Amino acid sequence: MDNNEVTFEQAMAELEEIVKKLEKGELTLDESINFFRRGVELTKYCNRKLDEAERSITMLIEGENGVIEKELPELDQGR
Amino acid sequence: MTVSEVNKYIKDMISRDGILSGLWVKGEISNFKNHYSGHFYFSLKDEKSVLKCVMFRSNASLLPFVPEDGMKVIIRGYVSVFERDGQYQLYAEEIQPDGIGALYIAFEKLKKKLEAEGLFDAAKKKKLPYLPKAIGVVTSSTGAVIRDIINVLSRRFYNFNLKLYPVQVQGEQAAGQIAAAVRRFNELDNVDVIIVARGGGSLEDLWPFNEEIVARSIYESRIPVISAVGHETDFTIADFVADVRAPTPSAAAELVMPERAVVENRLDSLKLRLRNAVMKKTAMERLLLRKIEGSVAFRQPLNKIYQERMLLDVQKKYMQKALSALNTNYRNKLSLLAATLDTLSPLKSLARGYSITKSKKDGSLVRSVHAVSIGDRLEINLMDGRLGCTVESIEEDSNG
Repeated sequence: MDNNEVTFEQAMAELEEIVKKLEKGELTLDESINFFRRGVELTKYCNRKLDEAERSITMLIEGENGVIEKELPELDQGR
Repeated sequence: MTVSEVNKYIKDMISRDGILSGLWVKGEISNFKNHYSGHFYFSLKDEKSVLKCVMFRSNASLLPFVPEDGMKVIIRGYVSVFERDGQYQLYAEEIQPDGIGALYIAFEKLKKKLEAEGLFDAAKKKKLPYLPKAIGVVTSSTGAVIRDIINVLSRRFYNFNLKLYPVQVQGEQAAGQIAAAVRRFNELDNVDVIIVARGGGSLEDLWPFNEEIVARSIYESRIPVISAVGHETDFTIADFVADVRAPTPSAAAELVMPERAVVENRLDSLKLRLRNAVMKKTAMERLLLRKIEGSVAFRQPLNKIYQERMLLDVQKKYMQKALSALNTNYRNKLSLLAATLDTLSPLKSLARGYSITKSKKDGSLVRSVHAVSIGDRLEINLMDGRLGCTVESIEEDSNG
């Protein structure tokens, strides 16, 4: 897993922090606007993360050249 | 023969028997007494018979567990005679728990060992990711477990990513396969959480999850591991080592993935709060601005200047007045002085007929007859001019 980018969880935590700071109302207008911009960025990022992953169910099979992933036939659907 | 001789003879006979001098006996413990001397006294029984047993301290102290009544065991030892009572008995050297009992003992033993090593430390537990990108599952590819997990995940968060590493979950191969699967996920590093799962079963069925090799693989995993073995009431060693224990495989699926609706709600509410907070802030600042704009200074910006100018005018008038007053004052004083000066002027005296005499030599005023000699040249100043004179005679007043 690439660990360099911010995780969904970190983004959520930062967003929550920003909202709390803004709600306190102790910032200057400029600071508030900067935090707001960052907050909007984070919400967009989180929304993107939610839709980013594609549904995928696979089974790992050890082959001669390492592991191969085979799609797992969907059993009965609970959907 | 004496009683002692009979008992001794029987003892010798028994001692020479190849079977009785070293055998394994299976049975259930009863009348167990842990004597203060450290020796164990008990009976071993089956459905039909009872056999007296003793285990001396030297062997008893090496037992990893304390036997108790009802425990099914296999005992290694020899049969001999206690001559004083004419009683034959089994001298136990080693006791092995039998069947379920053995598993139970092994479980307790391993649990104690791993606990002492720190494999269960709460501080070592890893946090589960909030929204895993990919979920690794170690379980059987057939059966209800994987299906349950997929169903629950589908309900909670449809676009999830699951990678199943199929293993046997019971039998001799199981423990090795489970441990290898956990290690493999760590090598591949293609998931950010692992579920190790198995459905319900007997203690023997669940046994692979009580094996040390599985415990170690879970402990060494850099990826957080959720254990989900059997039913709610089943506890395995894997449960103790895992970062999180789920009571069932379905519960593991619930733990591993948040409900999409919940996440979306949380995000929406944060978005709303963010917007509201900033709107409130700007509204407040605007209000403040209005207040400032509405102040006198902004409404009539020249007002202050006018006021100052008026003040300045007043001051100017005062100054001019003071100045002209000063002027008059000086003029009066001046004419007064001029008058005084006039009266003091020598010119007036000259007009009246007085004159001023100066020496021509050095221009000094001549005030006395002693200051001049005959023949000195003098200058006499009159009201309207000067006379040049020479001294012809000097007469001093007698009373001078």
